[in-house]
Amino acid sequence: MRSNLPAYELREARDLTGALAMLASGGGSESGEGAWKPFAGGTDLMVLFEAGKLAHKRFISIWNLPELRGISESPDVLTIGAASTYADIRRHPTIAREFPLLQRAAVETGSIATQNRGTLGGNIANASPAADSPPALVVYDAELELVSANGSRWIPYADFHRGYKQMDLRPDELIRNIRLPRGRAGWKQRYHKVGTRRTQAISKVCFAAAIDLDGRTVRDVRIALGSVAPIPFRAAATENLLRGQTLNSDLVHAAGETLAGEIAPIDDFRSTSRYRRRVAKNLVIDFLGSV
Amino acid sequence: MPDAPEKILLECEVNGQRVSIRAHPMARLLDVLREDLHLTGTKEGCGEGECGACSVEINGALVNSCLVPALQARNTKIRTVEGLAAGERLHAIQEAFISTGGAQCGICTPGMMMAALNLLARNSAPTEMEIREGLGGNLCRCTGYVKIFEAVMSAAKEIGARG
Repeated sequence: MRSNLPAYELREARDLTGALAMLASGGGSESGEGAWKPFAGGTDLMVLFEAGKLAHKRFISIWNLPELRGISESPDVLTIGAASTYADIRRHPTIAREFPLLQRAAVETGSIATQNRGTLGGNIANASPAADSPPALVVYDAELELVSANGSRWIPYADFHRGYKQMDLRPDELIRNIRLPRGRAGWKQRYHKVGTRRTQAISKVCFAAAIDLDGRTVRDVRIALGSVAPIPFRAAATENLLRGQTLNSDLVHAAGETLAGEIAPIDDFRSTSRYRRRVAKNLVIDFLGSV
Repeated sequence: MPDAPEKILLECEVNGQRVSIRAHPMARLLDVLREDLHLTGTKEGCGEGECGACSVEINGALVNSCLVPALQARNTKIRTVEGLAAGERLHAIQEAFISTGGAQCGICTPGMMMAALNLLARNSAPTEMEIREGLGGNLCRCTGYVKIFEAVMSAAKEIGARG
């Protein structure tokens, strides 16, 4: 059932300041119905629109705002503008070299056409538990810059998702930048998306991990998964089991059991809880057994 | 409810021609192309970005035109399947789809050819895996894909041979 086109508004923001002023205006209604919401590449919102399921009616296009584009490097961090597309991310040489999990996430998202329109900020703000980039961002201890007409604040990405589609993001705020600390290039890393086909799949389980080894001793480790919880899941218990320990087959299998125990995936039309738990366990065992 | 918004002036370039029409800002580029510009080569399949039948290029980037609102097409250069042939002379990609039997019912074919065009612009000598990735967002329910991949391989060779 197609949406009623004239019921929707989409305006172009002149610049970031203009966009933030519109977001701050609240649209003059108490209910929030008249408020402006951001609209980036449209790969999620246009799907809802076409299906007649886009409840909100007023949007401001942030697709062309140069303030939200670009990927910049400093000695300590890589900063990705929130409206950077997956295509921008997959062809960025520093991301390919130092943040391969994020590059793999970009390569494995949707199709080439999706990658040309979908944005990293949009993927974060759409807050799908099955999104491809969040597990990589969790592994890299990403931080988000949230901006509003009143200023800017940085928060750890790990604290951003509060529950299913619940975020630490006010209606007047936009995600402006995603910042990744550098210095993990020596870590062994793995990204593995399990779906029904290579392209255009939404994951049954999405796995991202990085481990810093000193010989066979686990100096540090990050493990994150998508599609196993209402929000991107960081496997804290499994990480704690591993940290400081000597990596051997007993520890690898214990990590598999711990991971299977700390996730509570659901049955849905893409997969089952049982399958997801088994696959997550196998993925962590396979990863730790290969490093 | 907000007042019904006005249409916007959509100025862009389609297949090398300047276009200036009025459109609703949320109108799908797919509908603007088909219904306002009568460029019906671009097809609608799923309407949700899964099938690639509506693939066109915007500023050289492959997109699903069902997911692009008219507002975001302003001041862009759009290429549709109608922009492939030069007059009566078919593009090498079109010739290759015909000679290899890469088209049956034809609904996916314009999108397949646009994805192929876009791939070959980025990668003039793709491997079969690269072709599979480049066309991975385009679904075909007739051919089983093998002849389509052969068409792209054949077009790549033909274009390469012509220099």
